[in-house]
Amino acid sequence: MVLGTYDVIVVGAGHAGIEAAVASARLGAKTAIFTLTLDGIGNMPCNPALGGTAKGHLIREIDALGGCMGIAADATALQYRMLNLGKGPAVHSLRVQSDRQEYHKYMKKLLETTENLDVKQAEITDILFDDNKQVTGVITQLGTQYNCKAVVICTGTYLTGKIFVGEASYYSGPDGHHSARALSDSLRAAGIGLRRFKTGTPARVNKRSIDFSVLQEQPGDKKPVPMSFMTKGKVKNILPCHIDYTNNETHEVIRANIDRSPLYGLGTIEGIGPRYCPSLEDKVMRFSDKPRHQFFIEPCGLDTEEMYLQGLSSSLPEEVQVAFYKTIKGLENVEVMRPAYAIEYDCIDPQTLRATLEFKDYPGLYGAGQFNGTSGYEEAAAQGLIAGINAALKILGKKEFTLSRQSSYIGTLIDDLITKGVLDPYRMMTSRSEYRLYLRQDNADERLTPLGREIGLVDDERWAYYNSVIEAKNREIERIESISLGPNKLNALLAEKGLDPITSGVKAVEFLRRPQISYDDLIKVIGEGENITPFVAEKVEIYIKYDGYVKRQMEQIERTKRLESTVIPEGIDFMSMESLRTEAREKLTKIRPANVGQASRISGVSPSDVSALLMELKYRELKNKENS
Amino acid sequence: MSGNTIAAIATAPGKASLCTVRISGDDAFLICERIFKPINESKKVTEMKGYTALFGNFYRKGNEIDQAVALFFRAPKSYTGENVVEISVHGGSAVADLLLKACYEAGAKPAGAGEFTKRAFLNGKMTLTQAEGVMEMINATSAQAVSAARSALEGHLYKRAAAVRDKLLVLAGHISAYTDFPEEAVEAVTDGEVAEILADAEAELKKLMDSYDTGAKIKQGIRTAIVGRPNVGKSTLLNALSGFEKAIVTPIAGTTRDVVEQEVILGGVNLILQDTAGIRHTEDEVEAIGIRRSLDRLSGADLVFCVFDGSEPVTDEDLSLCEKCRGMSAIAIVNKQDLEQQFDRSRIEKYFKKVLFITAKDFYMSKEFENDVLSVLGIENLDVNTGIIVNERQYDAVRTAYNSVKDANYQFKMGQTLDIVGVCIDEALYAVYELTGENVSDEVVEEVFSKFCVGK
Repeated sequence: MVLGTYDVIVVGAGHAGIEAAVASARLGAKTAIFTLTLDGIGNMPCNPALGGTAKGHLIREIDALGGCMGIAADATALQYRMLNLGKGPAVHSLRVQSDRQEYHKYMKKLLETTENLDVKQAEITDILFDDNKQVTGVITQLGTQYNCKAVVICTGTYLTGKIFVGEASYYSGPDGHHSARALSDSLRAAGIGLRRFKTGTPARVNKRSIDFSVLQEQPGDKKPVPMSFMTKGKVKNILPCHIDYTNNETHEVIRANIDRSPLYGLGTIEGIGPRYCPSLEDKVMRFSDKPRHQFFIEPCGLDTEEMYLQGLSSSLPEEVQVAFYKTIKGLENVEVMRPAYAIEYDCIDPQTLRATLEFKDYPGLYGAGQFNGTSGYEEAAAQGLIAGINAALKILGKKEFTLSRQSSYIGTLIDDLITKGVLDPYRMMTSRSEYRLYLRQDNADERLTPLGREIGLVDDERWAYYNSVIEAKNREIERIESISLGPNKLNALLAEKGLDPITSGVKAVEFLRRPQISYDDLIKVIGEGENITPFVAEKVEIYIKYDGYVKRQMEQIERTKRLESTVIPEGIDFMSMESLRTEAREKLTKIRPANVGQASRISGVSPSDVSALLMELKYRELKNKENS
Repeated sequence: MSGNTIAAIATAPGKASLCTVRISGDDAFLICERIFKPINESKKVTEMKGYTALFGNFYRKGNEIDQAVALFFRAPKSYTGENVVEISVHGGSAVADLLLKACYEAGAKPAGAGEFTKRAFLNGKMTLTQAEGVMEMINATSAQAVSAARSALEGHLYKRAAAVRDKLLVLAGHISAYTDFPEEAVEAVTDGEVAEILADAEAELKKLMDSYDTGAKIKQGIRTAIVGRPNVGKSTLLNALSGFEKAIVTPIAGTTRDVVEQEVILGGVNLILQDTAGIRHTEDEVEAIGIRRSLDRLSGADLVFCVFDGSEPVTDEDLSLCEKCRGMSAIAIVNKQDLEQQFDRSRIEKYFKKVLFITAKDFYMSKEFENDVLSVLGIENLDVNTGIIVNERQYDAVRTAYNSVKDANYQFKMGQTLDIVGVCIDEALYAVYELTGENVSDEVVEEVFSKFCVGK
């Protein structure tokens, strides 16, 4: 029975689903979001934390475009830490410890109060297509049908999710939520290839069973800065984390029981796990020379005693887990509440997607998050946002919205997925971006807010605030550029820092470019500017210090534009391009890149193939012109 | 600078009265301005309109080299559809080579084979028929390229490049692990580690870069000028070296009025011997032209055999010639050892890398002579199998890598943060990978996960 008709239906209300549904609804598409349980909306089944290296960049970018994650992170934060200070502004990354329950409640309420958006508890068991493979609707496990024009699949680890703990295994999603198995069959029946990936999570333990007196505390930043560009008030640290280490005894327990590991001993897991998220048994077996491994004890929230053991993922049997936890300093009497487990799930080959995250062969069907072969809340949210935006834009008859890898980490993430594909769950890293001096977390708003405004996701409040920030930044840069300083004013400061005095005057701009001098140092000499928030100060400082390097990257970006803007017509016959090597022709036929820039990043397509491809395209263009 | 500007000699190789270097790309006018000064000082190169010309001189490293005519074309009205400057200079490969080098130093990249045509094609400067011709040509050459295995020479070059790549990869991987996993127990990147790897890579890339001169010389032949006063036995030496009579030898001074060329193989290396007119003051106009050419040859030579008459005392003309050989790869050859010697070697020794005593008419190419020549060229230990750069493309990639490593080193010493040093190292890796043909970003990620125990 058909109970409703929507423009866009989002399957799954995790971090990808939330961004997809909210973006779609805000852009004006009539949207519904389906979840296995309303109590699982915005769940953090793994780390109770958001951000970190490159992931913090992603959240800032999502925020700059008008997404949800950054604001929610600030609203539910327990601790802020800016990582990598001292390694350069390109790799500064903000990490927020979150109150897991509060985050869920915040997101549930956000969905419930978003205009144009219906929130429904149901398992989607079928996706309906017409003869042209165009999406037409979905069916729930109760047999109810909803018609729609687009579906965004954000199934996370739930799609035929299967949990492994030692010899035990059973179909299930995280945290006791059930596994969605019928949908896998429906997708396979429609001709969509699925594969198995796996991931894992550590145990949650009771706070009262930990001896914190012997552990090293890790406090938050002294001057915490917010995640969202829109959080104007001060943010604060509420709870600390703690650092602890495994030891040789721990490793002995693991080695003695390694044959009971589903991965090492039993061989029951077929899914491919992420390299960057090794279980403790992985670490012990692969890096046997290491006498100890560091891990963190993180609070899961203010209203709970559950603590998360970051770095101790495992799929060993429960009794082995308990045995090895108890070898660790401070955990001698540990009380395990939720044991660690590995989970296997279905996902697709993202090379079958376009840069809008729509399936090339299934119009109206989009994918985001772990379903696309990534890992991480932030990676998921970034894709959800792009998929949701594009599903809505398509139905509203507007131009599609894609981000290039030159513009953002989001663009880099999606470009990597669709051109290179993935062999294991993909995690964002700063070293994945060749333009990282430009793609920083401090300038995400300058890079993306104007684009978000253009598509209609950036509201008037954000737009006005953004413009006031940019105005303040420009005014302050102009002020600093106009000031020259004499030696008298500077030598005291230089002496204080143990630097050689200067004898002649210097421009304030040049002075600030010295690696040892900060913006805070400079304003001690020249006084404060107008409306300078910590955000603006950071922008000004980085702009002046790194302008030269950023310009160099901008030039590189400029050089790539020709390739990126040369469109490859859909349905072109690559196999007939004799000037390309066979391997390149086959790869191009399989992946069907949308432009020559994408083509150039496909493995097996050499620079000379790219050059030949450009010529082939031009030749076809000439021929078409002649014929018409 | 947008970095897309290319330059190459556009005229056919061989003897011609004019030789043209074509510069094409966004910065063609800017590059021209850096190396060319018009006689009419009121003209500004970068402001020249299309279809105009300027007469002036071209410069390399601040030194005036030769007269030149520059022709200007503004995009899209040019052969390639881009900004184009064509600089014409006097024929003779030495002058054109200097001009081309000056272009590269001013920011142009070496043009690949057929690249001007390719750009013309892509910028829509061709009719369908012309385009079809070009496509056929490309299909033919790519088929050839596929069937042609990489030469042993290239294989060795790749091996050397790969050694540099592996060093840089270890460092890039460590920096990446250290910055991407700040909460893990990844050891800090130390100053010593960065300094050592960068210094090693810089030195190795420099060696590779230097091998280009040798590589190009070996490929194209070493231009060897035989110079000396008239009648000291230059042509006799040429004939002795080449094993047959190519130059006309008479006892009359001034017999060789133009440059006579002969290729010989010496120690596996091609020498292009250039016998020249004897250098002296003369009233004879034809001979004077020959002498001027001799001096041109001398200045453009890779190797000089400066011949003296051992039976006569050192003359002022000898000494002025010695002065011109200073700093070059030059060998003094004191001829006519069969006659009574009046030559004071101590007066000329300091100008040359080696002084040999021979009797040209009885001379033959001995192993000893071979070694002397190769050692003066600095390639006596050259084993072409160690891998050397043989073409402009490879040179450009190695030069880019070298500059990036040097920059990384500089930034690091200046106290800049790791993100900047890291990006410079990435740039160097991209350039090295251009030689070896892999994908850099994935390689760094691989390195991180294979070497470091990271992850939550």
